[in-house]
Amino acid sequence: MKVAVLVKHVPDTETRIQVKPGDKKINEEGVTYIISPFDEFAMEEALLLRERLGDVQITAVALGPQKATEALRTCLALGADDAILVSDPAFEGADAYVTAKALAAALKGGNYDLILAGKQAVDDDAAYVGTAVAEFLDLPVINLVTKLEVNKAAGTAVAARDLDGYSQVIEVKLPAVFTAQKGLNNPRLPALMGIMKAKKKEIRTLNAQALGLAPNELGAEGAKVEVKEMFVPSKARKNKVLTGAPAETAPELVKLLAEEAKVL
Amino acid sequence: MDFRLTEEQQMIRRTAREFAERELAPVAIELDKTGEFPWDNWHKMAKQGFVGMTLSPEYGGGGAGLLEFTLVLEELSRVCASTAVILEVHNSLHAETIEHFGTPEQKQKWLPDLATGKKLGAFALTEPNAGSDSAAQQSTAVLKGDHYVLNGLKCFITSGSKADLYLVMAMTDKSKGNKGITAFVVEKDRKGVSFGLPEDKMGIRASIQTDLILEDVEVPVENRLGAEGDGFKIAMTALDSGRIGIGAQALGIAQAALDASVAYAKQRVQFGKPIAELQAIQWKLAEMATDIDAARLLLYRAAWLRDQGGRVSKEIAMAKLFCAQVAMRHTVEAVQIHGGNGYMREYKVERYMRDAKITQIYEGTSEVMKLIIASSLLR
Repeated sequence: MKVAVLVKHVPDTETRIQVKPGDKKINEEGVTYIISPFDEFAMEEALLLRERLGDVQITAVALGPQKATEALRTCLALGADDAILVSDPAFEGADAYVTAKALAAALKGGNYDLILAGKQAVDDDAAYVGTAVAEFLDLPVINLVTKLEVNKAAGTAVAARDLDGYSQVIEVKLPAVFTAQKGLNNPRLPALMGIMKAKKKEIRTLNAQALGLAPNELGAEGAKVEVKEMFVPSKARKNKVLTGAPAETAPELVKLLAEEAKVL
Repeated sequence: MDFRLTEEQQMIRRTAREFAERELAPVAIELDKTGEFPWDNWHKMAKQGFVGMTLSPEYGGGGAGLLEFTLVLEELSRVCASTAVILEVHNSLHAETIEHFGTPEQKQKWLPDLATGKKLGAFALTEPNAGSDSAAQQSTAVLKGDHYVLNGLKCFITSGSKADLYLVMAMTDKSKGNKGITAFVVEKDRKGVSFGLPEDKMGIRASIQTDLILEDVEVPVENRLGAEGDGFKIAMTALDSGRIGIGAQALGIAQAALDASVAYAKQRVQFGKPIAELQAIQWKLAEMATDIDAARLLLYRAAWLRDQGGRVSKEIAMAKLFCAQVAMRHTVEAVQIHGGNGYMREYKVERYMRDAKITQIYEGTSEVMKLIIASSLLR
């Protein structure tokens, strides 16, 4: 079987994001990058599929600048067999639509049985690319997957999704696209041996020309949305102080934590 | 000159840090209290590939260099110095030494299990009367036909009673002084091998140190590492590599102390503002950070030089000496920054301070490091 995993190189969630006034993108200086955590679930699921099914070829795919090879190299260290970097200066200013179009072009003809992606990237939170890739490739998509079982012989997969208040189990004929939700698995760390082997594995770079994309389909020109403004919001915290006897305020606090803050 | 780590080295460091936070951090405080041997940590490190990472892939090792191992030890020590030293002794003092000095048969016999962590290795040089004066070995090995008979008492043996294999130095010819020392690999289950109770220590409490008692232990000639009389050279070569590991341990502890101090200084309010705004605290933090960076540069240089081949005892001694000094000095400062809270077990800095002290003592005291540095200057 062939599995493609879409990963995005995003700023570390612990990074303090800065935007230069007037800029429409974040200031990348001093920013450390990680694989978007939902994509880590997708990658881990591919590895688990291989452990369960045996013969599974894993290809990690990312779109981004040259620096995004770091994310792909991590996937290779984790156990991906090879990787594709979709990279071209012409992608500057691309939105999720362009990204999905380019990724779909890179995946086309690859005969992947499963395409796995995170449900969204933690930088722009568009939650768009996985679904749009499926659309461009005319494949079924199941989003927010928390459980995935593949029946190789039947060429089908059964995926579970946890929705607000209920769960759904969906069977789909492969090939299909799945986007990973938290809870799908616990991503492992790359083993030392994997890290040492990763540098010998191939990362193919595909530019716009190789993908057969016209200039007007790329970057800001091909984008369906335009970023008008970008800024770091001022920290206005909505503090709420409960006054009264602890016996009375405690239940109120629990209620607020559960319903408003949604942390319980 | 390029001071950046390679992409691969950065990935190794990130992985080790994440591993330490994920696997070691939840148990480090409890392990320090109970002094229990962290077998769970050991098995997890084995699975992660840290055990045997510097051994050749031919024997199931990771084929990484000492610099990569240094990064791993530093990150593990930042969270649990006890767990780190178990790994350091196993890899640097034991397994690598067998790879370096063993015959093809010996390597084939022992290294695969040492590379996967199925077997744990220890190093037995120190004796009650042979500490810094390690050439003053009183343990003996007498050749009798196809085997040697070993007798003696080794002390402070890291992973004693837990390890499966012990690299033991013993005198085969007392008249030759340190040229009469020979190295042997002694299996734990040999008749006549026994252990003292675990020492009750100030720090690194979850790594176990015991006496190793050898009473008429018959060891086949095949278990001799190197030739008769090679033992001192073997031990010193092992310790050169090991000292980089102890430097990394010290550095990791110091970094942990700095990280804790920065975090605490930002949130601890006195005189109506966070103490981080007080110059007295800022100066402490600045000195800590500068010393730690200097220690790191010395250490990485030593590891890098060692990876290029040959003996670089002076550079290693400088790195070990300085890392250990920095760790001791600044863990004390970290407790000071934490004030009364720092003295309490709840705040980890008192553990860092207790753990730091041993780095100035084991695998060569600070004084021995100075001896090595001075002797290379005055040669």
